[in-house]
Amino acid sequence: MPETFFGWVAFLLGQYGSVLLKGAVVTLLLAVVGTFIGCLIGLVVGVIQTIPMEDNDSALKKLCIRCVQRLLDAYVEVFRGTPMIVQAMVVYYGAMSVFDIDMSPMFAGFLVVSINTGAYMAETVRGGIESVDLGQKEAAIAIGMDHFQTMRCVILPQALRNVMPQLGNNLIINIKDTSVLNVISVTELYFASKSAAGVYYKYFEIFFITCVVYFIMTFTASRLLRWLESKMDGPKDYQLVTYDPMMDPCGAVPLPTKKQKGRY
Amino acid sequence: MDKELLVSVCDLHKDFGERQILRGISFDIHRGDVVCVIGPSGSGKSTLIRCINYLEHPTGGHIEYRGQNVIEAFKKLTLFRTKVGMVFQSFNLFNNMTVLENCMVGQIKVLGKKKEAAKATALKYLKHVGMDSYVNAKPHQLSGGQKQRVAIARALALEPEVLLMDEPTSALDPEMVGEVLRVIRELAKEGLTMVIVTHEMAFARDVSSRVIFIDQGVIAEDGTPQQLFGQPKNQRTKDFLARFQNN
Repeated sequence: MPETFFGWVAFLLGQYGSVLLKGAVVTLLLAVVGTFIGCLIGLVVGVIQTIPMEDNDSALKKLCIRCVQRLLDAYVEVFRGTPMIVQAMVVYYGAMSVFDIDMSPMFAGFLVVSINTGAYMAETVRGGIESVDLGQKEAAIAIGMDHFQTMRCVILPQALRNVMPQLGNNLIINIKDTSVLNVISVTELYFASKSAAGVYYKYFEIFFITCVVYFIMTFTASRLLRWLESKMDGPKDYQLVTYDPMMDPCGAVPLPTKKQKGRY
Repeated sequence: MDKELLVSVCDLHKDFGERQILRGISFDIHRGDVVCVIGPSGSGKSTLIRCINYLEHPTGGHIEYRGQNVIEAFKKLTLFRTKVGMVFQSFNLFNNMTVLENCMVGQIKVLGKKKEAAKATALKYLKHVGMDSYVNAKPHQLSGGQKQRVAIARALALEPEVLLMDEPTSALDPEMVGEVLRVIRELAKEGLTMVIVTHEMAFARDVSSRVIFIDQGVIAEDGTPQQLFGQPKNQRTKDFLARFQNN
């Protein structure tokens, strides 16, 4: 048996390394898929929540929109307002006792993480949409675009860029918070660590390793998202095709750089 | 007048809550007209021009296009809006698109043009405003004057019948006002129909075929620039113009 702390760490890594790695993979899978689906839910909910009520819409259309918006409000409030650990219990055991559905813990995990993230992202997306300058929307309307064209071509691309930091936040929170899914016996990293620690009663050593693994995952995720953000911003300069005869010559003229491709 | 009637403003009213901004404004816009709308701040000039393309829905009255009520004649307002282009005080170029894309997106999405055709038209009008060198630039990389020139090209790219301009030079540094006014003068010379809200009195006098002075939500005086700037009849017009002559 090893004598020192790091001796134990090395020993336990050898013994349970693969178990912990499997746990980490499950954690990452839950977090990434859950965040992704959550973002899609959030996007849809956020877009629906910001549909404007026009004066000349029919009463029926207004009623429909209002009803859907209130329902989605309720969804957001409920899932933001209760702990994920409790949601996991309610969904997993509730499905079994009320609907007689025996879902796998893993499926319940994906479900809970997705709808929980969706509730947060809905508000984030709504904020992102509302933060885009009103003039952008007016300009789009003025050239004849309807609400959904305006959203898709003008508002959402800008809004989504602005919510990227919050998306990163959610991914990192999810990597850590999927640990609560151990209550419905999802064998993610925390669950795997707890099982491994019990064998030799080496809680500190195992959880030290767990800590490092969690940090590696969150740090990588955070860097990747930063890289993605800078990728979304595109190049900082642009190529001048020819000389602009109207510009005041004392202004800054950017030098031609490498060729770029526009969207069209 | 035997010029073709394009847009008529018919007894337009607009309230924001209790506040009455427009209190019954009517005038006609014929092909080739350059109508300058002047008046003190808060008189309803911008609201008027925003009502013409239904960016604001009027509380009373309506707009006619070639003698037909717009609401009845067009199933969708979006189609009417392609007939009346708009240029904003704060440019409002789409920040997520390049200069070229800004001028193409409306043609593709609203008019349903092919990319190649849209690109050719976009380039034509960008060249017109002297911005064809900047097709790959994003709006935040341009100066104010350049942005406004692109915004004019974006509106022209839809080949509208009437171009509405809401204080096109008010957000610009003095040194950039010139380049934008030059473009607008050029367009006026070519016979483009325009309605321009402006505070540039000298420009209004030179470029317009008709000047409308708005005060407290009604047309206080309406006439040729020679009449209105030369011999204003209304006392309020005189007071307003006197403020510009003093400095």
